[in-house]
Amino acid sequence: MSEAANPQSDFTQSVKRIVQAHAAQPGALLPILHAVQEAFGYVSSEALPIIALGLNLSRAEVHGVVSFYHHFRSSPPGRLTVQICRAESCQAMGSRTLQAHAKRSLGVDFNETTANGAVTLLPVYCLGNCACSPAIRVGDKVFGNVDADSFDAIVAELSADAVEVRKMSRGDTHG
Amino acid sequence: MVKLYIPRDTTACSLGADKVAAAVQRLINAQTLPLEIVRNGSRGLYWLEPLLEIESAKGRIAFGPITVDKVDDFMATRCWQGNTEHPACLGAVEEIPFLKNQQRLTFARVGVVDPLSIDDYIAHEGFKGLHAALAMPAQDIVRCVTESGLRGRGGAAFPTGIKWQTVLDTAADQKYIVCNADEGDSGTYSDRMLMESDPFCLIEGMLIAGLAVGADTGYIYLREEYPLARQILVEAIALARARGYLGPSVAASKHHFELVLRLGAGAYICGEETSMLESLEGRRGEVRPKPPLPAIAGLFGKPSVINNVISLASVPTILANGPQSYAAYGMDRSRGTLPFQLAGNIKHAGLVELAFGSTLRTLLEDFGGGTRTGKPMRAVQVGGPLGAYLPESQWDTLLDYEAFLAIGALLGHGGVVAFDASVDMREQARFSMEFCAIESCGKCTPCRIGSVRGVEVIDQIRNAAETPEMNAKIAQSIELLEELCDTMVDGSLCAMGGMTPFPVRSALKHFAADFKTST
Repeated sequence: MSEAANPQSDFTQSVKRIVQAHAAQPGALLPILHAVQEAFGYVSSEALPIIALGLNLSRAEVHGVVSFYHHFRSSPPGRLTVQICRAESCQAMGSRTLQAHAKRSLGVDFNETTANGAVTLLPVYCLGNCACSPAIRVGDKVFGNVDADSFDAIVAELSADAVEVRKMSRGDTHG
Repeated sequence: MVKLYIPRDTTACSLGADKVAAAVQRLINAQTLPLEIVRNGSRGLYWLEPLLEIESAKGRIAFGPITVDKVDDFMATRCWQGNTEHPACLGAVEEIPFLKNQQRLTFARVGVVDPLSIDDYIAHEGFKGLHAALAMPAQDIVRCVTESGLRGRGGAAFPTGIKWQTVLDTAADQKYIVCNADEGDSGTYSDRMLMESDPFCLIEGMLIAGLAVGADTGYIYLREEYPLARQILVEAIALARARGYLGPSVAASKHHFELVLRLGAGAYICGEETSMLESLEGRRGEVRPKPPLPAIAGLFGKPSVINNVISLASVPTILANGPQSYAAYGMDRSRGTLPFQLAGNIKHAGLVELAFGSTLRTLLEDFGGGTRTGKPMRAVQVGGPLGAYLPESQWDTLLDYEAFLAIGALLGHGGVVAFDASVDMREQARFSMEFCAIESCGKCTPCRIGSVRGVEVIDQIRNAAETPEMNAKIAQSIELLEELCDTMVDGSLCAMGGMTPFPVRSALKHFAADFKTST
């Protein structure tokens, strides 16, 4: 089997390229982890030894950093990540009720993904959108004054978008 | 072409400003209207967003809120021809009392300019402070900042000039300017607004700091939760470099300055300066014991100025207009202005930059207009998740660092979160402990374990309410909770564990009844 045809090796090469692109800057680990997560959606356990080797760190050190930060995930997320702000400003405007609704409506708890792989629900502590609480973030879009109805509408609309994008990216061969 | 301003900041967009801009652009194209859309930042009158402004002979006229469903109706009035008949017309934007009654120094350009136009920035006094600094010896720049009375706007309120002086006086081959843009406190968004609406102001502040202490490299540590601020900063840094404000010869001088944008990863504790340094260096964001002070051994072990976004963004106006112009505002040791942020359950939520010395009640009632739900306001948390909850009896406290400390509270980063009468203060106290348990870096025991025990004890109080001997049990648990708070205050390494007891204790003290009723 040639190197190019081996998916494991492709993955290794991509992570190595990311490490090499950032390794020269001081304190490169977080920028590398961000780049890996951006490329693959999460930081898999397979990526850790490659990053560790590239930065002359132990695998435990890299794992320690990945697990310290809420943003870095060790398993693949759903097609859509939905964050609900749990912080005080949003609490003052009904975030607790909204959180309960979201969990019920999606059938998952925080940090879980719906069975169909569509949505990962996450808590977040402040989106800086406190003038129109409660706030949620879907991907990189932030929404304000969210209630149960608008939550369902936003998630439905963006889930449909996410499916649409996937269909398009698969191209005509499957269409 | 008449300019029509449509804000592009996160909150305006979270209320539909992007969709409004797209709909307006479609009409402009379809009808070839003599209009040019400018995507400005937000004025911070958030209950009126999306707030559109049209250029006129009488200044900029505001209309808001103009949601996407109102665009057709709004455009039909042809406001660019001077028609102000639309029901959403608010008159001249500068005359809206919420804005007119502020003292905007640091936020003078916010919402006024196109955040990504250097020409617009320069036309509004931009880089005036930098040019003043370029003509001064380093020591004079530091003295200017010291004399302005500026104190750290991130929350700790340490005198900025003293910090800079320490870095200037420490000899080293390399020094750094580090901007703490990890604005994690709930109810605060002034850093985000400044970065999204006037990013060159932050860049200019960092350039001046670099000149003042002899640093040629700056880092901005931006939280991951601010994707739009990130995008705007990336573009602003590239534009500043292209125009020679960053790079080997800052504004055609002999000074070199590079600026690096780094992203946090969702850890509240990284707003603590030593934890942020660990994160920048590529490690877990665990707090470092002090000393050494970061001003002597900071980022990568080098002397570092670490300042909040608002501290750095206040420097250009101080240099441009002189330290006395800034120090003329404020009271006692709190000089200048603080951009307060009204949040939570408040009718007129938004940014209020005010000189120190007004009262909290002024913010809540005159600016805020009471609660959004219309119920009576019951508690106000000032200064983020580590700030005390204040009952109405304390709302006449002066907005001054020392006045707040005197009542066991803090002004912090200026976040003001209002709650109406439906709030359960036992739940709020429990959340404070829970938040500390989730966000503790784990380095010291009082914070890591104490917060977990705090949640448990408050749960015991909640459960005890169902039993006949509840009073004795609750009293016991409250005593335990007080002792736990003592331990956390006295034994924690940083403000996370050391100040989590502030909101807990204020809830116990001022809202005792909430701890005695069953749920």
